[in-house]
Amino acid sequence: MNWVVNNFGLVWSLTLTQVALAVPPIILGFVISLPLGWVANRFRLTRGALLTISGLLYTIPSLPLFIALPAILGTGILDPVNVVVGLTIYAVALMVRQTADALASVDPDTKQAATAMGYSGWSRFWKVEFPLAGPVLLAGLRVVSVSTVSLVSIGSVIGVTSLGYLFLNGLQRDIPGEVISGIVATLVIAIVFDLILVGIGRLLMPWTRADRRLSRRRVPEVPPVVAVNA
Amino acid sequence: MIEFRTVTKRFPDGTVAVDEFSLVIPARQTTVLVGSSGSGKTTLLRMINRMVDKTSGEIEIDGESIYRLNPVKLRRSIGYVMQNSGLLPHRKVIDNVATVPLLNGVSKADARQGALELLDTVGLDRSLADRYPSQLSGGQQQRVGVARGLAADPNILLMDEPFGAVDPIVRAELQQELIRIQRELGKTIVFVTHDIDEAFLLGDQVVLLEKGGRIAQEGTPAEILSKPANDFVATFIGADRGRRALSVEVVNGRNVVVDADGRPTGVLQ
Repeated sequence: MNWVVNNFGLVWSLTLTQVALAVPPIILGFVISLPLGWVANRFRLTRGALLTISGLLYTIPSLPLFIALPAILGTGILDPVNVVVGLTIYAVALMVRQTADALASVDPDTKQAATAMGYSGWSRFWKVEFPLAGPVLLAGLRVVSVSTVSLVSIGSVIGVTSLGYLFLNGLQRDIPGEVISGIVATLVIAIVFDLILVGIGRLLMPWTRADRRLSRRRVPEVPPVVAVNA
Repeated sequence: MIEFRTVTKRFPDGTVAVDEFSLVIPARQTTVLVGSSGSGKTTLLRMINRMVDKTSGEIEIDGESIYRLNPVKLRRSIGYVMQNSGLLPHRKVIDNVATVPLLNGVSKADARQGALELLDTVGLDRSLADRYPSQLSGGQQQRVGVARGLAADPNILLMDEPFGAVDPIVRAELQQELIRIQRELGKTIVFVTHDIDEAFLLGDQVVLLEKGGRIAQEGTPAEILSKPANDFVATFIGADRGRRALSVEVVNGRNVVVDADGRPTGVLQ
């Protein structure tokens, strides 16, 4: 505990760095996956190819990727952009399949009804399919968020400072308090991110809560008969 | 008036859902397309608002080809009610009803006001306006579906087995409600069902379909009952099993009408 008290400033600033490195890949991964997932869901031919390729992205080992990216991108070896790009690739790997599944989860009857009412293709996507895919998209985004927050630490091995520095330094200098504070800080970030995502979900998708809260309070039209069937 | 002229629909897999179909659907009346699955009735209905496009032939509304109109605009001018309501689960009841007027550019306040009045029309309490569809019973959802179909005050209302998924008591209620609404509004309703009793109850005209959209018989319920055109029709309406046969027995000096199973159903005046 002593170590944490004495080094709180360091832990805090590394926490902020970790957050700054984790947020862009989560957002970019989501935004990039949206059109890819749409294409994967829309055309049967592209589905297999896109999902396989994006799935394979996740099998690239992170350490070699972080080392190879500067050469590919022309960035400096210590440039944080490497970490952001690398983690975005992993986010996309997870999110493309999730986005395709989320769009596939929208009830075909609802889509038909939207068309029948006179939504054009584009507005049907944004006003009907996208919001209704929301719960499944959110579930995927929560996995991406946790995974990204923990993967940022790997960047420390190639010299992009983050909370990972505390594990490395703590291990080398045999300071258990330092290692543990790195782990705890990472956990706290992951939990806070998750809570924020869940909160956004509740705010933007009020109907998903209405389902659970009030489904038992339906007003039956013919109480005795219908109640038996329900 | 809706007119089908030798319309054929062949799906990409080669199935011919509708073959050289011709029919005139009169304005301001209820026409019921009835047939078993595979008779092409839903395909025919969906061709009217171009959810399904024809392979050949011509479909006209009031003498104008629907293929000259923008499909999205066409759909906004035609009411559509489907089985399982097809309500948008993420929109409140009132917003579901107001959907088409909003798409047509009506102001939000006007659209909501109109939607509230439509809830009255279909017999729903206004207190349900702020609920989500999942918070309603199946029968209530269908009523919202009907209100939504009427929201843009369309001349034509297409109904695709709208009461197929609710229990018999609620179905009977909804059928009576539709008869009442139709008496008040006088829309051109095209109604699809596989239930011949529902067809006879609701239809001014009934069109009985065989496989591939072939018309087995069309006419008023009385015409079809009194003179089934062939064995298929007789079987479909149950005349062959004597289900529709009523006989008269004299009991206590009065003429009691008895159905095929010997159950009394009424008294002749």
